[in-house]
Amino acid sequence: MDLYFSHSDSTEDERSAVDAILGPADSRWMGGHHSTDLDVRTAATGHTLRAKRHHLLPVLHGIQSRLGWISPGALSYACRRLNVPPAEAYGVASFYALLSTQPRPPTVVHVCDDIACLTRDADEICHTLEATLGPAGTPGSDGQTTWLRSPCLGQCERAPAALLSSAGLHPWEKVLTETTATTIMSNLSSPNGQPTDEPDCFLPSVSAPQAGQSGLRLLKRIGTANPTSLNDYRAHDGYKALEKAFEIGSHQVIQEITHSKLVGRGGAAFPASIKWKAVSEAEGPCYLICNADESEPGTFKDRVIMEGDPFALIEAMTIAGIATSCERGFIYIRGEYPLAIRRLENAIEQTRQAKLLGKDVMGQGVCFDIEIRKGAGAYICGEETALFNSIEGYRGEPRNKPPFPTEAGLFQRPTLVNNVETLVNVPHIILEGGATHASIGTERSTGPKLFCVAGHVKQPGVYEVEFGVTLRKIIELSGGVAGNGNLQAVLLGGAAGAFVTADELDIPLTFEGTRAADATLGSGVVMLFDDTVDMRQILLRIGRFFRDESCGQCVPCRVGTVRQEELLHRLNTGKTLGSPKEELVILGELGQVMRDASICGLGHTASSAIESALKRWDVFGSGKQNP
Amino acid sequence: MSSPTTPSDAPDLKNPVPRGPIPTIPDEKLRPEVEITINGKSVSIPEGTTLLEAGRKIGVDTPTLCYLENLTPVNVCRICVVELEGSRTLVPACSRKVQPGMVVQTDSERVRHSRRMVLEFLASSVDVSTAPELQSYMEHYEADPARYGPSASPASPSERDDACPGEHSAPDPATAETVHQPTKIDNELYTRDYSKCILCYKCVEACGTDAQNTFAIAVAGRGFDARISTEFNNPLPNSACVYCGNCIGVCPTGALMFKSEHDLRKEDTWNESEQTKTDTICPYCGVGCTLTLHTQENQIVKVTSPLDQQVTNGHLCIKGRFGWQFVQIREASAPSKPTDAQEADT
Ligand SMILES: Cc1cc2nc3c(=O)[nH]c(=O)nc-3n(C[C@H](O)[C@H](O)[C@H](O)COP(=O)(O)O)c2cc1C
Ligand code: SF4
Ligand code: SF4
Ligand code: SF4
Ligand code: FES
Ligand code: FES
Repeated sequence: MDLYFSHSDSTEDERSAVDAILGPADSRWMGGHHSTDLDVRTAATGHTLRAKRHHLLPVLHGIQSRLGWISPGALSYACRRLNVPPAEAYGVASFYALLSTQPRPPTVVHVCDDIACLTRDADEICHTLEATLGPAGTPGSDGQTTWLRSPCLGQCERAPAALLSSAGLHPWEKVLTETTATTIMSNLSSPNGQPTDEPDCFLPSVSAPQAGQSGLRLLKRIGTANPTSLNDYRAHDGYKALEKAFEIGSHQVIQEITHSKLVGRGGAAFPASIKWKAVSEAEGPCYLICNADESEPGTFKDRVIMEGDPFALIEAMTIAGIATSCERGFIYIRGEYPLAIRRLENAIEQTRQAKLLGKDVMGQGVCFDIEIRKGAGAYICGEETALFNSIEGYRGEPRNKPPFPTEAGLFQRPTLVNNVETLVNVPHIILEGGATHASIGTERSTGPKLFCVAGHVKQPGVYEVEFGVTLRKIIELSGGVAGNGNLQAVLLGGAAGAFVTADELDIPLTFEGTRAADATLGSGVVMLFDDTVDMRQILLRIGRFFRDESCGQCVPCRVGTVRQEELLHRLNTGKTLGSPKEELVILGELGQVMRDASICGLGHTASSAIESALKRWDVFGSGKQNP
Repeated sequence: MSSPTTPSDAPDLKNPVPRGPIPTIPDEKLRPEVEITINGKSVSIPEGTTLLEAGRKIGVDTPTLCYLENLTPVNVCRICVVELEGSRTLVPACSRKVQPGMVVQTDSERVRHSRRMVLEFLASSVDVSTAPELQSYMEHYEADPARYGPSASPASPSERDDACPGEHSAPDPATAETVHQPTKIDNELYTRDYSKCILCYKCVEACGTDAQNTFAIAVAGRGFDARISTEFNNPLPNSACVYCGNCIGVCPTGALMFKSEHDLRKEDTWNESEQTKTDTICPYCGVGCTLTLHTQENQIVKVTSPLDQQVTNGHLCIKGRFGWQFVQIREASAPSKPTDAQEADT
């Protein structure tokens, strides 16, 4: 490619931010400072050059955390290094909420004002910050700080939450939970610009209240084994499953997965064994991806596993990778999870040193290694094909299916994508046998399941149960309804899920049970709202979420989510265009085209929760929507 | 195209010509045929073709906006969706390949609903006044874009270009949001009125690997704020653009427009029915691109190239596309309606 790079000269700072990720430029062609012999002797072209594009997002992260924004000079230099057209790189940079293509103060407070935090006074925090720092997005009086509203940060059990990030030579990030405006401000005003108290910590008893109980599988080690120590993990049955997997061989591993009837926990409920088989039979290089993007509002189970038992995920991926002959695995994790990222990095480092990852795993002569890729604030990148594009250095726009990931996924190679929770089931299946796993739960929903219980509940957190328990049971398990004690609504499955009423608590929380009740299990969200909650605000927030998170590629979702949000505001203010009844008809029509004609699951489900609520309650005093 | 050259009427070449027949493109029919059913009629069509082509074979007319024969399908506009038996959602005809036994409905209630809504979404957010094809679809599917309320006032210059992903201000319940904004006029050759942009990605493809390989423009931003942009919204003269005009050639809505057309429209003297189209060969180089000169009142007002022309596939370079002013400088008669560009030149 013969690319044109704009004249924006890069500064020393900008170049060093990029070089910190890519290493120094080896010639002047690559934007290096000095001509060397290489300049006249080499020409890196063709595949060599194009193959560097997947470094784009890590480089953009590097620039953002050094400079606080993606400046023209830095982008131009990055493009030269990676041979990416600047217009395309700008398209990528301007896609992610955690990156800014305009100058932004180095320290940013991302305040979650999503639905769980809304039930815990997130609005008050926003109002106070508005009064002290100024309107969202504008620099505070010192020019060093700004704040932004954020969608769910995946900390709902400890709502309200905020993410602090500070750019510079020594960038830092910190998650504040059960926070207040005062705590946020005191963290900002610490003298050396570093956060005041402990780095964000993980408390098993808070995030997984069952921690330490017997009979748990997925949460077994949370709170009992030290999540930073491989030795401790091994002392708690760690790596027994990988040993057994080597004993029984890849073919048998896949057999066990088939017998277990394991289905995906990421939301789509697709049988794992079908994907595993397809990838294991494919020829040539294949990839394994662990989907840890976890951005569905109300979901935090994957975070709890990665923070509390990171080695389990590494072991599970190793089993999956080797069984399906993938030599390389990626963990695509949302950028808002700094602690989980640190714990996984540590876990990978330790397992590599112990030769449990790398060229010769467990001395068995097979190769498997894992790389972490950080998202940058885009819910849509959890959609598997958008995730591929994101890793490859393109905009996180979903691809048309077919072809499916198992045929042409990451770098157009057959790819196995599984959710974190799906994967951590694997070691248990290998150790206990697929048949045992299948005997847990119901005929069509087998095994243990994690639920993310939050909102107006006495003891929020991640709960592990065997498939089959009812919604009522989950609520009892988590201490019952909090708030004023009068349950108004439960959101199942997150923003892409459905609301149910207090009369529907006998729904069995299985894939088939929720489907029969016209709801969905989705990502395992169970969010409670007492009857003081203004459901109008909840629905408006969900409408805003989808409008913000649509990738913008296809018309039904790009415009449909805007029209849907406008319509909700019309209902809310009573300034309807036609009669309220007519508005509800339009809402139904919007939902229909998004479900029928959108490219991906985001558009397909963008109206589900809203319509489920309007079918059950007369939220806006406009009547109910016809079921 | 002309019929294949036979040896008898071939030009008398000085160099020896190898013996034997001139190789031709392999016959379409060599691909195995696939049997599918469209609207109850069975169709036999070569493997690898799309539902769109299959429909066209039996006279089913499927509307398209983001599809063009000479570009890779991006399947983003979703106007072409059809109902496929066994599929939970509708599927895009422009890119879905035929598979044996497919049963397809192209005019069911669900299909018409989606097409009508897509058109309403576009027409309520985009200025479609220079998109005749889209307007005719709207009539056919009885789209009523007005039912989402009156249009919000246009954005100020660069307001949409400065939008931050994942953020937007609360909607105004009294109006429907649009992409309306001032036209970008930053060079003498063509204008970009993104109020008219339906984000079909065609210009990006034409600027990229499908034709020009210049990569001057790409989609930036996210969601409703997604837009066609150079890096940092740089003006075109400060971007990689080489003014081949291939983006203009593929734009279905008139968002990208010759400056000459833009100026005439502004003066309200653009008159398409009075225009004549003349095919000729570009005089500049040996490639021999076919140019279609659009003339009005004896002035060339724009230049296109036929999509099905084998040399160009509809694509040109700056010389063929814009370099025709010299034709108009005639003895003793200055152009009667000089454009800004020409004024600047003299
Ligand atoms: C908008 C959208 C967001 C998604 N986000 C996630 C996510 O954060 N984590 C996840 O595991 N799956 C997510 N998915 C589902 C993935 O596309 C995919 O189905 C899943 O990762 C497959 O893994 P599983 O079979 O183990 O569930 C999302 C899907 C959509 C449409
Ligand atoms: S449905 Fe929405 S998120 Fe999915 S591809 Fe279309 S615009 Fe993007
Ligand atoms: S004129 Fe040519 S180079 Fe310029 S943006 Fe259009 S297609 Fe790209
Ligand atoms: S400018 Fe024209 S070609 Fe480009 S995306 Fe918009 S409508 Fe399509
Ligand atoms: S962390 Fe705020 S809603 Fe989830
Ligand atoms: S023409 Fe098929 S999606 Fe646009």
